[in-house]
Amino acid sequence: MKLTLKIWRQGGKYKGEFVNYELPDVNPDMSFLEMLDVLNEQLISRREDPVSFEHDCREGICGTCSMVIDGRPHGPMKGTTTCQVHMRHYNDGETIVIEPFRAMAFPVVKDLVVDRSAFDRIIQSGGYVSVNTGQAQDANAIPIEKTIASEAFDAATCIGCGACVAACPNASAMLFTSAKVSHLALLPQGQVERKRRVLNMIAQMDKEGFGQCSNVKACEAECPKEISVSNIARLNREYISASLTADVK
Amino acid sequence: MSWVSKFLGSSIGQKVIMSLTGLFLMLFLVVHLLGNLQLLKDDNGEAFNAYAFLMTHNPLIKTVSYSLYAFILWHAFQGLRLWRNNKAARGSNRYGVQHTRSTETAARNMAWFGIVILVFIILHMYQFWWKMKMGVLPPVEVAGYDHPVQNLYLPVKEAFSNLLYVLFYVISMVVIGFHLWHGFWSSLQTLGANHPRYNGLLKTVGYLYAVGIPAGFAIIPLWMFFTK
Repeated sequence: MKLTLKIWRQGGKYKGEFVNYELPDVNPDMSFLEMLDVLNEQLISRREDPVSFEHDCREGICGTCSMVIDGRPHGPMKGTTTCQVHMRHYNDGETIVIEPFRAMAFPVVKDLVVDRSAFDRIIQSGGYVSVNTGQAQDANAIPIEKTIASEAFDAATCIGCGACVAACPNASAMLFTSAKVSHLALLPQGQVERKRRVLNMIAQMDKEGFGQCSNVKACEAECPKEISVSNIARLNREYISASLTADVK
Repeated sequence: MSWVSKFLGSSIGQKVIMSLTGLFLMLFLVVHLLGNLQLLKDDNGEAFNAYAFLMTHNPLIKTVSYSLYAFILWHAFQGLRLWRNNKAARGSNRYGVQHTRSTETAARNMAWFGIVILVFIILHMYQFWWKMKMGVLPPVEVAGYDHPVQNLYLPVKEAFSNLLYVLFYVISMVVIGFHLWHGFWSSLQTLGANHPRYNGLLKTVGYLYAVGIPAGFAIIPLWMFFTK
């Protein structure tokens, strides 16, 4: 199949603009990223600058392949990362617009690559639990009710890709932060740092320049792991109660 | 920095301000509508004028109404601040292709709706509240009071006989309806009220409220325009 790609180029000789590329012979069985690999091979053979894009596992679990395809982070399919989108979902002759995630907290490094280290700093500020070193505990030493375990697990499926920020009209990181806070607040292992965690993570989130959630729910719709905005409600509860009842003045 | 200013300055704290002031304004709308519905009585405004006197002279109600003005301003100020912050966070580089679901229309345009509502409130206050405060309205005798009260019914009748004003009023109510459509659920979500047991109920109540309250307000000028 024949496709036209309209790709955002930024860095090097490009100041930040869309450039059109024709791909005359795309195999429908290719994944989206393989299609970009083919484009890059052609660009390299023509001695042109290849399109920079991020990828790692190509299995839909690492969250590295960040890009906005036709206005949607990770492309047209629900609950799917870019690497799991296949070209059979497109029609012959179609034009596909590919852009980087856009947010002030995610500056563009080059082309489709953005710097998402703001997420790392949010995690560093509180997204951890303290455990004693030594031998691993017996798996059943701490009983956790099934519904709670499932809910914590649902939150823990967040791969930190940043699609929520990219989709949000306010570039808010609340869905990401809420998934991380929920995951640990629900589990007994997360109780020790529970209040401190939410206070620190929100402080860091605000410092990074993300916007404020206005409950548009675009994040939930675009999240490749379908994290629910009910986590944002929990984050709000956690933050309000931690602010009111923190153990320090 | 004290924990209070830290909380109120944080992203969640600022949303909590929007939520609590918004919920108070929503409660006020119910009371305001119940009062206004007296305009539908065919008594040449007697019940409405008596009610207007009570609302402007009872010390408890006066205290609440001054808090109300403060909350309107706080809600508007905070809303504009959030709007500005969020625009800055999104940055100047816009997406070449923007994908927006129709379900997000109300949520994405809260600031625009809010600005229209603010203009409406300013005009509304000037038209009725200001005249009442200035005491320029003619006195009228009403049952239950041994002294004459201001005839607020007069400017209301006059305004609602003007087609342009009635249209402006009804359109403003539609905008308020959109604002509430998102605002009701959103204010509860911000406070953390989200649970599978009562989410459905809250959504239904919110939608009924968002349609019912503005519709109730809009009926009054339409009724007065066509019957008086």
